[in-house]
Amino acid sequence: MDKITCLHSRHIALGAVMSPFAGYDMPIRYPAGIIAEHKAVREKAGVFDVSHMGEIFVSGPDALAFVNHIFTNDASTLEAGGILYGMMLYPDGGTVDDLLVYRCFEPERYLLVVNAANIDKDFDWMQQNCASFDVRLDNQSEAWGQIAVQGPEAEAAVCTLLGFEKAAALHFYTFYVQDGCIVSRTGYTGEDGFEVYAPTEEICRMWDLLVEKGIQPCGLGCRDTLRFEAGLPLYGDELSADISPVMAGLSMFCKLDKAEFIGKEALLAQKQNGVARKLVGLELKDKAIPRAGYAVLDASGTQVGVVTTGYRSISLDRSLAFALVDSAFASLGTELSIQVRNKVFPAEVIKKRFYQTNYKK
Amino acid sequence: MSKIVEGLLYSESHEWVKVDGQVAIIGVSDFAQSELGDITYVDMPAVGDEVEREGELGALESVKTAADLYSPVSGVIVACNTAVEDDPSLINADPYSNWIVKVEMSDSTELDSLLSAAAYAASIEK
Repeated sequence: MDKITCLHSRHIALGAVMSPFAGYDMPIRYPAGIIAEHKAVREKAGVFDVSHMGEIFVSGPDALAFVNHIFTNDASTLEAGGILYGMMLYPDGGTVDDLLVYRCFEPERYLLVVNAANIDKDFDWMQQNCASFDVRLDNQSEAWGQIAVQGPEAEAAVCTLLGFEKAAALHFYTFYVQDGCIVSRTGYTGEDGFEVYAPTEEICRMWDLLVEKGIQPCGLGCRDTLRFEAGLPLYGDELSADISPVMAGLSMFCKLDKAEFIGKEALLAQKQNGVARKLVGLELKDKAIPRAGYAVLDASGTQVGVVTTGYRSISLDRSLAFALVDSAFASLGTELSIQVRNKVFPAEVIKKRFYQTNYKK
Repeated sequence: MSKIVEGLLYSESHEWVKVDGQVAIIGVSDFAQSELGDITYVDMPAVGDEVEREGELGALESVKTAADLYSPVSGVIVACNTAVEDDPSLINADPYSNWIVKVEMSDSTELDSLLSAAAYAASIEK
């Protein structure tokens, strides 16, 4: 039986197409459809139920040292109200999860926001690795709901409709707390936007207010098309126990000059010796659509990679993919091809950030 | 509630057939387009291709998924609707007036195994 979020009955009432995702019964699309929802976020604003995401608090005298032990980015650079993106790694460099680390306003306290599918695995991993640290780990995922309000009109919606007036002053990747709600200028769409964490009843009230005022409800369908265009990875597709951040092109979020973190030695070796496969962007020169699992071929027709995510890009009207390919074929401009059912179409390696993002600095 | 048009024949894989002499005009049902969502690509067969009953006829792709099309009859493709190839959203807008291919049938008795509107309605209720 799939779990449900606090907004589940609202999704049903709105006529959403529901589907299991990460153990939750989640809205894939509403009657407007994925294209309309995607465009609402690019052009106006949309609201997503992301209450399935996990919230794990780390507190205690060794909170910073512990977070830095399990996290690839450098949490010591964070001031209170600051946020960093990075990964937790296995010793071999494979990825446990990608996550956001929030430095809370209370001393010695951090919030780790993790993928829904990985909450239990991540919490176990953290517990296994905290023995030598004086910290308390608190998985509060069930108690918190979360909505993401994304798009050029998100600021107005969050400030005016929801009454988070100080949200307008937030820089990208910072947050503040008002009335027990965490208001964070972050997102997963390539647009400006906010994520609001709050107790579930507050989340329901905010959702109703936004939908009532005409903010488009958006499902996981367009969440994926939006993050894909913006060049953002999805754990399970572009990151996994077999895919390190170096392979995924996310080295900038791994601070190898840090004293230590789990997986650092493996990443150093990967940097030094190179990796067998790399994640690339591909443009298919046809209207056919590359899909996850399709084979990527070299000029002789030999398989040299596999598509991890692909779409007919809604904002760009181009057929685009992320693919893991043998490193010899990963340079920009490399001519490859993709097998789409019984046909083969030419494709070229291009930059992964397909869409020009519109973040507030 | 999906719309089902009387007088057409239907396959269990959600194609409809309108019979015009020896030619079967083929599209997909309202149920199929609504299940798929926004259709963004039609993988068309070529005119002159031979098709078999329940054999692959191409594919419809929505934003999220690709769904194979199956031919309800055997025969030869005699026309492809370039309008839906250029603008696949026409199938979402009106799946019954926007046909996909026309097949010249090699064995019109195959039509007997297709579903009536009422039988198709019952099959998607299940």
